[in-house]
Amino acid sequence: MKPDALLYPAPKGLYCEIGDFYIDPVQPVDRALITHGHSDHARSGHGQVLATRETLDIMRIRYGEDFCGTSQAATLGETIDVNGVSVRFHPAGHVLGSAQIAVEARGTRIVVSGDYKRRRDPTCLPFEPVACDVFITEATFGLPVFHHPDDRTEMQRLLASLKQFPERTHVVGAYALGKAQRVIALLREQGYDAPIFIHGALQRLCDYYRGEGIDLGELRPATLAADEKQDFAGTIVIGPPSAFADRWARRFVDPLAIFASGWMMIRQRAKQRGVELPLVISDHCDWPELTQTIREIGPAQVWVTHGREEALVRWCELQGIAARPLHLVGYDDEGE
Amino acid sequence: MKAFAELLDRLVLTPQRNAKIRLLADYFRSAPDPDRGYALAAIAGTLSLATVKPAMIRDLLLERMDEVLFRYSYDYVGDLAETVSLVWEPPEGVVPDDIPLGDAIDKLQTTGRAHVRRVVRDMLDRLDTPARFALLKLVTGGLRIGVSAKLAKQALAEMGGKDVTEIETLWHGLAPPYLPLFRWLTGEAERPVLSTPAVFHSVMLATPVGEGDLDGLDPKDFAAEWKWDGIRVQLANIGGTKRLYSRSGDEISGAFPDVLEAADFSGIIDGELLVGGTARTNRATRTFSDLQQRLNRKTVSRKMLDEYPAFIRAYDVLFSDEVDVRGENFLARRALLSELVASASPQHFDLSPLVPFSSWEELDQLRSDPPDPVIEGIMLKRLDSPYTAGRAKGPWFKWKRAPFNVDAVLMYAQRGHGKRSSYYSDFTFGVWTEIDGKETLVPVGKAYFGFTDAELEILDRFVRDNTTERFGPVRAVRAEPAFGFVVEVAFEGLNRSTRHKSGVAMRFPRIARLRQDKLPHEADRLETLQAMIERKS
Repeated sequence: MKPDALLYPAPKGLYCEIGDFYIDPVQPVDRALITHGHSDHARSGHGQVLATRETLDIMRIRYGEDFCGTSQAATLGETIDVNGVSVRFHPAGHVLGSAQIAVEARGTRIVVSGDYKRRRDPTCLPFEPVACDVFITEATFGLPVFHHPDDRTEMQRLLASLKQFPERTHVVGAYALGKAQRVIALLREQGYDAPIFIHGALQRLCDYYRGEGIDLGELRPATLAADEKQDFAGTIVIGPPSAFADRWARRFVDPLAIFASGWMMIRQRAKQRGVELPLVISDHCDWPELTQTIREIGPAQVWVTHGREEALVRWCELQGIAARPLHLVGYDDEGE
Repeated sequence: MKAFAELLDRLVLTPQRNAKIRLLADYFRSAPDPDRGYALAAIAGTLSLATVKPAMIRDLLLERMDEVLFRYSYDYVGDLAETVSLVWEPPEGVVPDDIPLGDAIDKLQTTGRAHVRRVVRDMLDRLDTPARFALLKLVTGGLRIGVSAKLAKQALAEMGGKDVTEIETLWHGLAPPYLPLFRWLTGEAERPVLSTPAVFHSVMLATPVGEGDLDGLDPKDFAAEWKWDGIRVQLANIGGTKRLYSRSGDEISGAFPDVLEAADFSGIIDGELLVGGTARTNRATRTFSDLQQRLNRKTVSRKMLDEYPAFIRAYDVLFSDEVDVRGENFLARRALLSELVASASPQHFDLSPLVPFSSWEELDQLRSDPPDPVIEGIMLKRLDSPYTAGRAKGPWFKWKRAPFNVDAVLMYAQRGHGKRSSYYSDFTFGVWTEIDGKETLVPVGKAYFGFTDAELEILDRFVRDNTTERFGPVRAVRAEPAFGFVVEVAFEGLNRSTRHKSGVAMRFPRIARLRQDKLPHEADRLETLQAMIERKS
């Protein structure tokens, strides 16, 4: 069958008419398949939800027990029949529990990658290339400017700064799901074994990651009694990026603002946010990873969604690969 | 190049002065020669490198990259050097390593025009992304990292445990890559000996008159001079070599050929650079805004020279001929200076007059109401003091006229940096004027100090509770005739400005007081500020 008949963008999200389900819908629907737990992909209020066990757990942590009507856990690599459509989940390497979803009917297979990356991440399973007719790729960093450096060297920059400015609190902005835990795990891999202080918004997700067997070392809450200002000097504190501007940040001694994000590749971005030490740590593919993945999978068609679609479509054209932008709305363009 | 690139990246994003000094000093300590000397030169603006045109860089890139993809990238990043550094991909098999900064500079300086393209391409292939950016900024000439030569010298002082005035004194006698300087700073060699005395000698600075500072001092021990609103300079003419330096030792000879040409005496003098007429030609001294027309230029047009003639109002003499007279007392030096000025060009030099006074009260009167609008206060100099570099308290005082004050309305606030990153601490304020028949606030300045910590809490709370719009780190706040926040702004002077919508720019504005007792409609009007400028000119 024609791929457009199998999956197409509808107002509530990417829709499979035959199977009557949506993938990562942005509004409540009867049946939703969810790629991963970030809030712009995983929303509450759907009737039935099919996702990996970890993604369901994360949704439960974020939205409470009644985040949906009924839920079903998808096992990676196992085929599930949804109203005559074969559906299979494969690891996407984005955050814990993240999956690509392969949708297949009448001899046509489309892989919805969700968000994904190709580098090693100590907190989740690596991306698995799946042969398909249509590969739907994200394009958050879909511009040739994005060449993310090795994350180990980025961590070494943080540790060097800690040595150079031992009297300052190193406050790292990192998204609460995935990025924060990855930064912590990477620091541990670099041999940093002092306690790391975390913002309250990170606590439950960090606990969950640990419960899943991911070693985050000693974490302590970044809270204090009124008279202990000096305590955070020379420590690493991790919080959601929005907490930078909050009164929360005032408890720290001479805070040095750090942000762990793929956007930190661009100097002006760092400058605008008042970031002093930008760390390029991304949970999305950079440009070479996007293009290599497309080459490796070799799909007949590429559909490009959320991000800078036009550059990736242009690249596909230059390679003689059929490609088009898939105009889906509602995903956070700043998804880092 | 890697360490230098990392340094540049950190400096650009580091707002605190002390943190910048530490980054620089640590780099100077750890980087090898001659890399650190070239880095110093690049930062202090003393590196001469035949510049490469941005168009060539673009061409180099388009040899390898699709133009459409390049355009998408450039539109997104906005800076050519940064775009190229980010999108550049070395050919298959070339693994980036590093090129020592010194080697790169050496190679670039010895490469002829015909080969520069190939050399730059090869280097771009071998460097990693941050180092590519550093290289491109170096070869296109413009680091723009918010570090002055002065700050770099401060970092050198910190590194070597020396006084910054010693470094300023040596500075113009040395050249990149500054090997003798670093050997001295690391203790491996003696202080370098300068071959020419026409170098900068650190200037003597005054401390402000604080509460009670003059108590117990005898007016008879001091001479008073007017403090003119120009820029402090040092003019050296030794053995036929003429140089003009700013207060911090930056050479500004290129911008003032008229003054340099007229300097026919031999020695080094200290004075105020001004535009307009000297007292000896009986024409008026013109304002700082007029002087600004002449500042920061590499070359000056004939028209500029005619319209904004520059001169030096001499304060002091450091060398008479080649004799160091800094050890002589003020009166002895002044006698020498007066002789020297008397025989110099009357259009280009005059002697700063002494202001007679017999008591501190009398001087206070004079200070508050000076006879010329280009005077910004009084200088007090101990008669028996030698000329000593730096800012010691006692021999020289400055006593400024009272600042100007206006009541203005808070319009925008921006988050601060470092310690203040969680506070809205940079404030833009405006005054009222009528635009199209409507009372409107126009911004007239921006201030980020003057208030106490407790006052900052109040301002921050007001901003958070009364935000009307957000633009990145900036918030617009409620500012209506009957609701808003009035602040008393103190400033040292006003200039006309074409950059600001209001047409005025404040010098050294700070928030003097919070006026929660006032409503915005009671704040000052733009016409009041305009009248202040009129009075001045």
